[in-house]
Amino acid sequence: MSILEVRNLTKKFGGLTANQDVSMTVEKNSITAVIGPNGAGKTTFFNMITGVYQPTSGIILLENEKINGLQPHDVSKKGISRTFQNIRLFNEMSVLENVLVGMHINLKAGLLGILLNLPAIRKEEKASEMKAYNLLEYVGLADSLNEKACNLSYGAQRRLEIARALAANPKVLLLDEPAAGMNPKETKNLTQLIQSMKHEFNLTVILIEHDMKLVMEISEHIVVLDHGEKIAEGKPENIRNNPKVVEAYLGSGAIQTG
Amino acid sequence: MRRLKTLWKKYEQNKLAHGIFLLIYIGVTSLSLYTAQKSVTAFLLLLTSLLLLYFTKFTNLTKWLIAGFVLVFLLPFTASNGDAYQSYMEVSTLVGIYIAMALGLNIVVGMAGLLDLGFVAFFAVGAYTYGIFATAQASNFMPFGTFPLSGESFWLFIIIGGLVAALFGILLGIPVLRVKGDYLAIVTLGFGEIIRIIFNNLDRPINITNGAMGISSVTPPRLFGIDFLYPSQFYYIVLVLLFFTIFTVRRFEHSKIGRSWKAVRENEIAAQAMGVPLVRTKLMAFAIGATFSGMMGVVFAAKQAFVDPTSFTLLESITILVMVVLGGMGSVPGVILGAAVMTILNLQVLTEMTNWLNQLSLSGIISIPYALSPAKMQRFIFGALLILFALYRPKGLLPAKNRIFIEKDLQGANRKAKLVTPQEQSENEKL
Repeated sequence: MSILEVRNLTKKFGGLTANQDVSMTVEKNSITAVIGPNGAGKTTFFNMITGVYQPTSGIILLENEKINGLQPHDVSKKGISRTFQNIRLFNEMSVLENVLVGMHINLKAGLLGILLNLPAIRKEEKASEMKAYNLLEYVGLADSLNEKACNLSYGAQRRLEIARALAANPKVLLLDEPAAGMNPKETKNLTQLIQSMKHEFNLTVILIEHDMKLVMEISEHIVVLDHGEKIAEGKPENIRNNPKVVEAYLGSGAIQTG
Repeated sequence: MRRLKTLWKKYEQNKLAHGIFLLIYIGVTSLSLYTAQKSVTAFLLLLTSLLLLYFTKFTNLTKWLIAGFVLVFLLPFTASNGDAYQSYMEVSTLVGIYIAMALGLNIVVGMAGLLDLGFVAFFAVGAYTYGIFATAQASNFMPFGTFPLSGESFWLFIIIGGLVAALFGILLGIPVLRVKGDYLAIVTLGFGEIIRIIFNNLDRPINITNGAMGISSVTPPRLFGIDFLYPSQFYYIVLVLLFFTIFTVRRFEHSKIGRSWKAVRENEIAAQAMGVPLVRTKLMAFAIGATFSGMMGVVFAAKQAFVDPTSFTLLESITILVMVVLGGMGSVPGVILGAAVMTILNLQVLTEMTNWLNQLSLSGIISIPYALSPAKMQRFIFGALLILFALYRPKGLLPAKNRIFIEKDLQGANRKAKLVTPQEQSENEKL
């Protein structure tokens, strides 16, 4: 069953076409990777799904409901959460507070309720703090819950971003280069984390990644973009041997010489 | 030296020692204020006890009770013994007004990260709201009703003033939120000036604000048949509003709303991706910040019994901003301290120093040219202070701190969530 469907998505910035007629279907509870050389339009593609950019043309369907045209905060309410290629944490806030912000859409507190400190609000707040702590335990950051987010190490910041995205209770999680800048050990841990959270939170994961080892290991479906167009898609083993993909990554000379 | 250090460490840990020291301190300063009425030093030292109180290790409730006692009974009582009584209360009232405004601005600048250089406009809106209806001015454009309204309406107008200011906050916010950073600062600066100039010119074609002449003899507030005329009476109005303001700001700070303000300040794109609606969150910051300012504007108009546009210049906006920056952006205790220090420095310390120097020059000990008198150098001194702070305490007097969560309370979410009794919950609240 498909959860996310994209049809003929095109994005033009003036004369530059960042994405041209990209279509894809994402199965529920799967891990899909979007790969391609730098500048292929992968992040633009993510930004259109999350509402940061409005597509020039095309449709995005989440559970058969059209979501393009929505503001980013409304998209996240529909159940799409994301992390960023260049880490975007709330640096001056504590680690736990970062995760609490992630829960924003699930909290019902209103202006008056907060002012009067109603029991229901207190209970909700307490429960969300505990849940946030649980998530931190899950990604292995429970020890630094009161630390400022900017004081964390690079790998820890990436994990915090994931915890924050999970806090929103999403149906679909978009990870934009989650392993960028990580050493092999951290990447290995991340691979396990992604696989485990897919089961734990009943998630559908779409990720952009350059680390081919990670991509081949965890993804069930791969979409390859080059110059804004989809040049191939399929199972990892098919993508690995696809001449078009090899050409996009290594240049046409690579195929001729073997 | 080492013994002193260990002694100090011991003292730091000991609540009882804190209590005793504080008690002696408050006792001595209030006694000296009571006996030496004209001593501004005693007055200031008594106020400093509140700062000392902040640093003690008592629970929040105890701190609030002690602070309440000092402010409600001790300070007015000990000051009431001589002719300087009203001037002390005047200063305290103004300090209260500025603290509330600075706390309002702190929401906008400190928490939501929106630099607002025209904040005094909301104060003006509040002041004029009461000023117009509490004088005959309103009869120029209101076809029904008799004006001025009676002094009893003041209490209602505190709320109305707050609401009108909030409305203006939203009106300012809607067009302005398309711009960020420096551009936002310039646009808000323009807004502040526009409001002042409108009030300055709104005597034609219909005389609403009486233009540059200002609105005079504003009806004093009245409660149970008593008119509020003196600063010592307004002091209590301001105190109640101030407690309300601090209480509200505290509540918001550690709630969903406060977190979304900070998230917007830290990273707009990420905040949006987490479901924080940008425009609504920013508008809420503007509106809530403006509310406190508007309420204090109403009090200000009633206290001065006179409103005119010169009270709401750009310099006022800058002064409030300086209070926030000096105290520590985003830090509630810091901003309170910053506003108190700035106002007292301005109203008491500098004037006192000028008087003292004048006396010296009159008696011929030294001669200081008029142009160099401290009251004249107010801006120079503030400027120098700001530079010093930028160099040595860039995050303000009491920098903003994140709430500290106790790990133990958060563990075992699934099992424990249902087992938390109300009592435990209120215990956790305090932490």
